[in-house]
Amino acid sequence: MNIVVCMKETPSTTAEKSFTADMRLERRKEDAIPNPFDEYAIEEGLRQQEKNPGSTVTMLCMGPATATDTIRKALAMGGDRGVLVTDPALAGSDAISTARVLAAALTKIGYDLVIFGNAAADAYGGVVPSAVAEFLGKPLLSYASQLGIAGDKATIQRQAEIGYNVVEAPLPALVSVVKSINEPRYPSMKGIMASKKKPLDTFSLADLGLDAATVGGAAAREKALGAEKVSTQRKGEIYVGNDGAADRVVAFLVEQKVL
Amino acid sequence: MATEAKLETGAAFLTTPVTEAHFLTPEQFTDEQKLIQESAATFIQREVLPKAEEIRHQEPGLMPSLVKKAGEQGLLMIDVPEEYGGADYGLVVSALVAHEMREASFAVAHGAHTTIGTLPIVFYGTDEQKRTYLPRLATGELIGAYALTEPGVGSDAMGIRTRATLSEDVQYYILNGAKQWISNAGFADLFVVFAKIDDTKHTAFIVEGAWDGISTGAEEKKMGIKGSSTRTLYLDNVKVRVGNVLGEIGKGYKIAFNILNIGRLKLGAGASGGARAALDMAAKYSDERKAFGHPLHGFGMIKKKLAYMAADVYAAESLAFRTVGMVEDARVAAGEDRQAQLAAIEEYAIECSIAKVYGSEALARCVDEGVQIFGGYGFMDEYPISWAYRDARINRIFEGTNEVNRLVAAGTLFQRAMANKVDIFSVFPEIDSQVSSGTAPDFATAETPAALRESVNLVERIKRAAIYSVMKGAMKFMTTIRDEQEFLEYTANQLINIFALDSAVARALSAAREGGVDARAHELMAQVALLKHFNETRAAMEGVLTMAFEGDERRQEIARVRAYLGDPEADIVPLQRELAGIIAERGGYPLK
Repeated sequence: MNIVVCMKETPSTTAEKSFTADMRLERRKEDAIPNPFDEYAIEEGLRQQEKNPGSTVTMLCMGPATATDTIRKALAMGGDRGVLVTDPALAGSDAISTARVLAAALTKIGYDLVIFGNAAADAYGGVVPSAVAEFLGKPLLSYASQLGIAGDKATIQRQAEIGYNVVEAPLPALVSVVKSINEPRYPSMKGIMASKKKPLDTFSLADLGLDAATVGGAAAREKALGAEKVSTQRKGEIYVGNDGAADRVVAFLVEQKVL
Repeated sequence: MATEAKLETGAAFLTTPVTEAHFLTPEQFTDEQKLIQESAATFIQREVLPKAEEIRHQEPGLMPSLVKKAGEQGLLMIDVPEEYGGADYGLVVSALVAHEMREASFAVAHGAHTTIGTLPIVFYGTDEQKRTYLPRLATGELIGAYALTEPGVGSDAMGIRTRATLSEDVQYYILNGAKQWISNAGFADLFVVFAKIDDTKHTAFIVEGAWDGISTGAEEKKMGIKGSSTRTLYLDNVKVRVGNVLGEIGKGYKIAFNILNIGRLKLGAGASGGARAALDMAAKYSDERKAFGHPLHGFGMIKKKLAYMAADVYAAESLAFRTVGMVEDARVAAGEDRQAQLAAIEEYAIECSIAKVYGSEALARCVDEGVQIFGGYGFMDEYPISWAYRDARINRIFEGTNEVNRLVAAGTLFQRAMANKVDIFSVFPEIDSQVSSGTAPDFATAETPAALRESVNLVERIKRAAIYSVMKGAMKFMTTIRDEQEFLEYTANQLINIFALDSAVARALSAAREGGVDARAHELMAQVALLKHFNETRAAMEGVLTMAFEGDERRQEIARVRAYLGDPEADIVPLQRELAGIIAERGGYPLK
């Protein structure tokens, strides 16, 4: 089985964030990490490879030329090869542009199972998996908290308000995963050593046969208008005295579904 | 890691003007090194720390299973050559991994295995010995240990009494004796054992734990590092194949001393990591805990503690990784010959001893103030800072006591001076005239950032005043120097602080040029380190002069040094307040 994990390079969640004049996030190489949500996708790809001997795992990323380092970090967790799609014309891509590019790359490299994190920690759009599915005309099994492959069929559990739905689709299929699906491994020193020897290909837009006018900032249909820092001040409520304080605490705990 | 630049010679920091760091700093770690560091940190976080309580109670089988797990991750193969199943990543990576060990008992088990248990075979083993043992040490299939200390014989390693006698069929050495306080003894599969052949020839042997005649005593009950296995190793007519003699017969002490250089350096790197962990714990607590309605870190005396801790961590890690870089460059430049590599490492014996002493003492100060910031809770067992305090204490004792390491640092300085390997004789006349006239030039340059101008000048004046007073003392005590331990201690204390301050200021100068969000934190930590060490360094100089002179001459010499050194103009209080503010804001040590 040909497994492809789509992964994004994002700034570390703890890094200081700043924006360019046109409200693009300033990306510093030293802060770059694999999108934390994608770690679950990478882990799931590696677990499916272990369960399905003979499978290969490819890490596919669209990003700046320096994202090869981030792909190597993913390859240090495991997998066989990396593919980076990079092109100056891609700067400023919105979710649809990104999906168009990933779909073209997937078509070029081939796939049976494509796994995504369900969003990226920088933009939180959460649109890319479904848009890629649309471009490819293939089924998307979204928000998977469990994934099983049997024969040429993929089955997931999708977490619902009460219990979960079981959804299946024929391969090739796309799957987006939620955090409860697994606990991602961390790169071992042995994995880090091995990752240096794994092949890592770089594709440009021309390699994918894409017209620069259809992607990147040129084609972006979303525009960020502003960004504000989230206030991290903690707010506490203090109930004083014997008069009903205990009842209010109980009511609060019931409301929060603690009790 | 090897650079094209000329290798810095040992103790050159004493006579070389402080400039931007021309040595390895944590800011220069490669992506791969940082990834390995993160991997090691995650291993400790996920596999070791959750079991800290069980480790302390020495749950049977737990520690060896953790060491083996570390082996599966690759954390035991770092220093082992590739042809014997290792990664051959070298000292920078292994020091970085030591830096990330946040659980002291595991750190001791890991260090006993990878450093003193494995390195003697890496450096002195025959090809056959390496093929037999290294691949299994690299994976953790075999766990290593090192048996030098005996009841009554500690730092004076030449005095061991364990005997080795050649068997009549000349196939074996028969070993008899007892080795005390052997880390990993409870579960080690392999021991590097030191014994004397015919009571004279100090020799190392590779001894397998399963051989007849090997036994261990009860676990020692210790003040700290309670989870590490520490036992007496008994050797009762143990037959060791002649092929298991390690290195040359009669030269076992060389293995002991040379491997200790690396051990001391890694201890320094590890201690700076432990000090940082203590600061992180204290900073977090000082944010959560309120007194009189305010978080602790709002109070001036707590700010001072946090700032001093950060300055200690900064200086300790700066000098440790500086030395790691120098040693590694020298090792790589020496080529494939392991003996040449060791000779190259020996060049930095002073720096290795300083890394051990400064690191362990910075750690001691940090855990002490850490407990203080936690107040009564810091005294309670369930708070990790109380364990950090207990666990830290051994670092000033093992791998050569800090007293022995002070003797090594000062003694080696004089040996190198006599052999013209460090320039203090040639620079002395100029320094003498500067100090005698009480006028120091401005050592800062046009490029020196304003905030660091005074630091640069103070470091340079301290170096010169130290050379001045130490030379005065050396002239006085030339023939009796070995009997004047207090003089050697004063000398070592000056060397230690100079290396720490030179390393910290140089690193801050580099950070200032780079700019970036951390530049101010670098500056503040270097300044605070300097101001807080200034008085004690001057006291050490005065100690030397007080020993060497009497009456008017004494007063005159001390007055000269005081006048030359001058007093810092900077007020440390606003600096420590600002630094503490950054620590509070970032929730711990200000640098990544």
